[in-house]
Amino acid sequence: MRLVESRTTLTITYFVLAIGAFTALFPIALLVLNSLKSAQEIVLNPLALPQTIRWDNFTRAWNDARFSQTFVNSIVLTGMTIILVCVTGSMSAYVLARKKIKSWRLVTGYLLATTTAPIQLFLFPLYFGFAKLGLINNVFAVSLVYTAIYSPFAIMLLRTYFLAVPKELEEAALIDGATHWQVFTKVMLPIVSPGILTVALIIGLYSWNEFLIATTFLQQQDKVTAVVSFFLLSGQYSSDWGEIMAAALIIVLPIVVLFVFLQRRFIEGMAGGSVKG
Amino acid sequence: MHRLYLVPTLAINFVIILVPALLTIALAFFRWDGISAPVFNGLGNFQALAGDRVFWSALTNNLIWTAIFLVVPIAMGLLAATMLLIAPRGRTFFQVVYFLPVIIATAITARVWQGMIYSPVTGLFGLMQKSGLPVVNPLSLPTTALFGVATVDLWHWWGFLCVIFFAALRQVPQEQIEAARIEGATFWQMMRYVLLPGIRPTITLMMIMTVIWSFLVFDFVYILTQGGPAFSSEVLSTLAYRKAFYDLNVGQAAATALVISLFGLVATYFYIRVQSQEGEQ
Repeated sequence: MRLVESRTTLTITYFVLAIGAFTALFPIALLVLNSLKSAQEIVLNPLALPQTIRWDNFTRAWNDARFSQTFVNSIVLTGMTIILVCVTGSMSAYVLARKKIKSWRLVTGYLLATTTAPIQLFLFPLYFGFAKLGLINNVFAVSLVYTAIYSPFAIMLLRTYFLAVPKELEEAALIDGATHWQVFTKVMLPIVSPGILTVALIIGLYSWNEFLIATTFLQQQDKVTAVVSFFLLSGQYSSDWGEIMAAALIIVLPIVVLFVFLQRRFIEGMAGGSVKG
Repeated sequence: MHRLYLVPTLAINFVIILVPALLTIALAFFRWDGISAPVFNGLGNFQALAGDRVFWSALTNNLIWTAIFLVVPIAMGLLAATMLLIAPRGRTFFQVVYFLPVIIATAITARVWQGMIYSPVTGLFGLMQKSGLPVVNPLSLPTTALFGVATVDLWHWWGFLCVIFFAALRQVPQEQIEAARIEGATFWQMMRYVLLPGIRPTITLMMIMTVIWSFLVFDFVYILTQGGPAFSSEVLSTLAYRKAFYDLNVGQAAATALVISLFGLVATYFYIRVQSQEGEQ
């Protein structure tokens, strides 16, 4: 759709859009640029191009942030969370979308309410309870916390996918003698699989980036996530900003690459779960 | 039968959220260090908060934060979204670029701003100082710390709103836009009478979410300033966190959490109303 054609308007439009792009990209450019420089060069001028490219920043960052361990922790935590959210969320979304139970309205309202509950409302008893049960530094326990927090969002998003499936498909399968469980797993799930993929991507992004829960519940050196190990590196172990930015780039790069290739899914998913209901 | 499908979701939800939330409500009336037996304290925790200067400044900071985020990123998002609507080319490119800050981990965003922009030694601000510009690291001054932190969150956030608003704008019926054009509407008239009313539900929802999120803000404050200097950028969520895990005053932390929730609750009420209205349609 085009609203206006005049050349002046278009110039102003692109000028404004370019300012926006510059704003968004400038700090990211600083991140990338300085990850290639030595600490002295950064102090001299953070905007200057590197005189020699310091690839060793990346190897030092990898070692000092113990990424070979903490990346595995993050991958395990993220993977478990994705599986838990997708499995439990798709079952709930199906039942709520199809209004299979009388109290669907109450359950939906309750889940919506928990999406907006502040973490602090349940964090403290949860922490001391987990401490009592020996669940601090337990990756599975943390993935349960993520699942509880992200599920309502996932369910609301998946619900819209289930709503789009024609009822006749279900009815036909039931008449053919399929059980309810078969209808769900063999008929419904394959149809909504794009939705499940979208949910997996977004929940994966959230879990990968999460800070507050991870830093509170995973404290042991060999259990922290990549983001938390970056935080520790930049906070106490190092004041070499070349190394710190290299560590940042190592964490950000896989996410950005994934995002650029699958941007439509990311954006529609993040927008869909919070906007469409 | 179908009730069983909900069991995993609800079981996890109850154990992680509902039960601890109810315990938090109870704990708000107890004195507890997290280890020994809790002692009933009546309204003592709330009285202590009411007499605590830091609590009031944290609450004020949350309100300032809410006000900033109700205006600035929403205005930026709306402006950029309408510009995208006009632009015949490059929409996807700009959307992807604007969305990049949203997908970067808050801990990383915080450190990039801290070290590469605000820092007087390694950052852009230091470079500007060296070239004689009178800039100071905003995080180091009580008067500006909160705004320094808010700027980082703004950078991280406005692209999300832009993309959401753009998606909504594209769904404004074409006939309405055509009709307005035939009537000879200028761009601003088009905004005022066709586009903005067309996406009002989305704007309302985003404003409600902004209120909720503004009382939850934690990461950027915790990483950039720890609420300092001299508690000037403290918000309720960092205050509660500090009370629970540093001061081991879990009762007061719980009471603070209840205050946060109270603001969230009002916004949540409107959120559910708006959401369920849309669900009915």
